[in-house]
This record gives sequence, structure tokens and C-alpha cells, in this order.
Amino acid sequence: MTSIRVTETPLVTTVLRRADDALVLGHRLSEWCGHAPMMEEEMALANMGLDLIGQARALYTCAGEAEAAGHDEDAFAYLRDERAYRNLLLVEQPNGDFAKTMVRQLLYAAFADPYWRAMMASRDATLAAIAAKAEKEMAYHLRHSAEWVVRLGDGTQESHERTARALAQLWPFTGELFETDDVERAMIDAGIAVDPATLRDTWRQTVSDVLSRATLKMPEDAYMQKGGRSGRHSEHLGHLLTELQYMQRTVPGATW
Amino acid sequence: MTQPAATEPKIPLWEVFIRARNGLSHKHVGSLHAPDATLALQAARDLYTRRGEGISIWVVPSSAITASDPAEKGMMFEPTASKIYRHPTFYEIPDEVGHM
Repeated sequence: MTSIRVTETPLVTTVLRRADDALVLGHRLSEWCGHAPMMEEEMALANMGLDLIGQARALYTCAGEAEAAGHDEDAFAYLRDERAYRNLLLVEQPNGDFAKTMVRQLLYAAFADPYWRAMMASRDATLAAIAAKAEKEMAYHLRHSAEWVVRLGDGTQESHERTARALAQLWPFTGELFETDDVERAMIDAGIAVDPATLRDTWRQTVSDVLSRATLKMPEDAYMQKGGRSGRHSEHLGHLLTELQYMQRTVPGATW
Repeated sequence: MTQPAATEPKIPLWEVFIRARNGLSHKHVGSLHAPDATLALQAARDLYTRRGEGISIWVVPSSAITASDPAEKGMMFEPTASKIYRHPTFYEIPDEVGHM
């Protein structure tokens, strides 16, 4: 099926960015189904994935109403190309081993939890309501991933090395969390969105506390990757979308 | 009996108790594996409260439970079978009391 064209107003773009973060990370977590190291964690990963996909659905619906072009959640998820996706590069990075998945979850949740908490004061009533639900979910993702990072970092030599390696691989993708551009500036000034840059200190404090309990060193900020917010992605998103969108692209409009 | 491989982690077993709502007691719902109490509580939340089953969770190391011996069930439980007078079914309840 042909892709949709989204008319991106500042509100639509701002909402789509958050929706895409949630969908892509939720899809990544769903890839663990049947592969988790233990049954208990299999359920935990699926639960977190479902939290995120639920957030994505509400946000896509919100974006569709703002755009008023008849696009529903499925159209946004299944009928946009890679370049139209607005998610952070961090969330599209492959799962790797369990340590990498937990580090990625920690780095994202340490941002998303305070982000949604602040968004509860948004002047947009729909976004404020979505935020109130998402904040509780992300608070748990933060707790769960932090507890695992502490145990893996402060575990065996093998688990410590794997966690340190994951942290080094993912760190260059954390700068993008706090990026603000002109599109979002308008929404921030209008009291509809929160300036991500204002959450940097909170995020650093949270991450640094967890890493110190995990006997891991906070990486130095060096070159930071960016581009996700404007549709320039790493090589991994295309593969993810191929799988995510396969059915709707092959059998357009299929339902069951 | 086969021994677990040397690399397989020895992860302790925990029993999970959930309280469905205020005023009810915690009920045993199942068990799970977790390396420690904190993660056991999180796993219990993820495994046993996915459909709004509870508002409070207890986890207890399975090793802390002392169980009755199934071989002794004759001695332990059968003597009560003949003591029907222990059931409160011999009282006349005045109508004014209504449903008890």
C-alpha cells in the first residue's frame, strides 16, 4: 500500500516524535518474546512493550486529530516510510544482549519518566491525560531497568563487562534526548510541550546514581549522534519497519 | 536425576501472595524465580497483577515455608471429618438478624 503524506504542523510533529519513540521501543521489546533469559523477564519485557505500544496508540490518535486528515493510529504506524519516522536514534538501536536492552531502557526511561511528569501540566488536555498514564508506566520501567543494571553491573565480571560495553555503545545516542528545535519551540512557548533540555540535570542525576550503584563509570560526553527527530535514522530502523509493516504493505487493509 | 549444568544460575524460588482489595487477606497465587526479594516483587507484579488482580503483593522465599507431610494426612486431617458439631449449623438465627 502506498505511504501516507503527513501534513506536519508543530503540534503534529511534536506528538508524532513521542508516538514514534514509544512505538519503536515497544516493538524492540516485543522482539524478546520467546527469547528472554527467564520466564519472569519474558513477561516483564512484554509488559513494558505493551505499555509503550499503548502510549503510541493514544499519541497517534492525538496526532491524527491534530492533523485532521483522516489518519488513524494504523495509518501512522504502518504506512509511513523510514524518513517520515521521527523517533530518537536511541530507541531504534538493536536489542543486543539482555544488558544492552536494560541499559537502553534505563537511558530512555530516566528521560521519559520526568518528561511525562512535566507534560501532565500541558495546556493540551489530551496530552496531559496521556502523560498522567505514561508517567506511571515509565516510573516502573525506570525502576525495573535500574534494578537490573545495578545487578548486572555489580554482578559477575562477564555481566559487568557486557553492561559497560552496552553503555559505551548507547551513550552517543543520549544527546538527542535533550534536543530542541524551532518546531518544538513554538509548542514549548505555548505551554503545550515541555522543553526536553530542562530535564537534562534530572536525567544525569538519575543515571549517575544508578551507574554508581552498578559500579559502572559514567561515560564522558563526546560526539553525539542525532537526526532521528528529522527523519535521518541509523541503518537499523528500516529493518525494524520492514518487519513491523510487512503485513499491511503486503495485504493492504487486512484485518483479523 | 540429571544435575543442572554448571553454568545455569541457581535462582531461588519465591511464593507470591496477592491481596485483591482492602478488607481481604493476601491469597497465595503461585510462585516464581528471582535472584532477590526486590526483583521477586517486581516479577510478581509482572506475572500476577497484569489484569488488575491486586493492590498489595507479598513475596516469601519458598525455603521459608514449612509444609505438612502428605503421608501424614490421615492423622492430620481425617479426625475432623466426624466432628460436624464444629460447623455453626445448629443455631436458630432470629429473623431480625437477617442474613449472616
